[in-house]
Amino acid sequence: MIANDSAGTTDSMARALFTYTLRLGDDALILAQRLSEWASRAPEIEEDIALTNIALDLLGQARALLDYAGTLEGAGRDEDDLAYLRSEREFTNVHLVEQENGDFAHTIARQLFFSTYQLALYEELISSRDELLAGVAAKGVKEAAYHNDHATQWTIRLGDGTDESHRRMQAAVDRLWPFTAELFEADDVDRALAAQGIGVDPSTLNARWALSIAEVLSSATLTPPQTTWSSHGGRRGVHTEGFGYLLAEMQYLHRSHPDAKW
Amino acid sequence: MVNAVLAVDVREVCESVPDPELPFITVGDLGIVRDVIVDHAGHVEVVVTPTYSGCPATEVIRDDIVAALRAHGHTDVHVRTVLAPAWTTDWITPAGLEKLAANGIAPPSSRSDDAHIVDVSIGVRCPKCGSTNTKVVSRFGATPCMAMHRCADCLEPFDQVKPH
Repeated sequence: MIANDSAGTTDSMARALFTYTLRLGDDALILAQRLSEWASRAPEIEEDIALTNIALDLLGQARALLDYAGTLEGAGRDEDDLAYLRSEREFTNVHLVEQENGDFAHTIARQLFFSTYQLALYEELISSRDELLAGVAAKGVKEAAYHNDHATQWTIRLGDGTDESHRRMQAAVDRLWPFTAELFEADDVDRALAAQGIGVDPSTLNARWALSIAEVLSSATLTPPQTTWSSHGGRRGVHTEGFGYLLAEMQYLHRSHPDAKW
Repeated sequence: MVNAVLAVDVREVCESVPDPELPFITVGDLGIVRDVIVDHAGHVEVVVTPTYSGCPATEVIRDDIVAALRAHGHTDVHVRTVLAPAWTTDWITPAGLEKLAANGIAPPSSRSDDAHIVDVSIGVRCPKCGSTNTKVVSRFGATPCMAMHRCADCLEPFDQVKPH
């Protein structure tokens, strides 16, 4: 047994950090891709700009994280290799971010659930002992606060709006609810990095998230869903049906024209 | 070894580079240039920080700084981007705030550490007519750092650099 071999421990921590960074990067990248599908299709010009601005913030976070993941891995992969040349089973984002845009209410429900989680995550990750993760979080926390405010205002306006907007907002919340449990699922990677003061154990964010969501749903006159099943597997590379189509669109250009530059 | 005298000159050149999206304001006014280091061999390292994570101007600014320094005879230049400490609108200089207002863009209305987000009920002063009877149209504007407002008195729409 060489359990106390410090070189081995360092190596396994580096791999854990790579995995952890990739997960955060994949969440941001895939949600950015979904949101950018709204470009030129949003209900009004201000929303077109808002949703694509949010996509841009997330893409910026994703680029910093994937670039760092590539460095940590040490296999010579850069941010583009990681974004464009991995297959479905190699992506480790949660299912929530890959869910189709649906109608505007579905996009807002997805934004509400994710931004509330990401805001709590970044608030904790600011204190990470890892300089790059702390830096991404320090920038991202301000952006996530605006994203969260945007989603909160729309959830309330639609939920506490007309009969039709209420019905649609409730349907969206109900439809996406089963994808929220996965946000707080912790595995050995999360626990090992949290113990080192490098990462955040997502299960510790669950209570704060639930409280915040309950308040928003209540202000929006929406009923908290009672769904019992939940969707899992994203962190292990198992994805929902729509994800392959998303990747096909996102990766097509790069795969058809390898190393194409603007 | 660090060449402090030269660093002051180099810093001036870097800071005078115009912002690609708001060309009336310089990257120095915006507080984006965090550090300039010149060693005795003449190697220049410029440390910049992005305003927003995904701001597409960041790469253009990097290229513009390299070009400006080259025009001043500095060919060995490396521009490094750092994320922490995170940029805040508090770093916009007083001259920068004046330039924004003079160009029809409302400066950030409150210090960023008061809150993440400014309260919508507080009217941002209209840069055209000075009225505070204004409304937020959207927290997201034409660039990542802007919010859209409308003046209820002169009826003009305007941008604001949102507190960040």
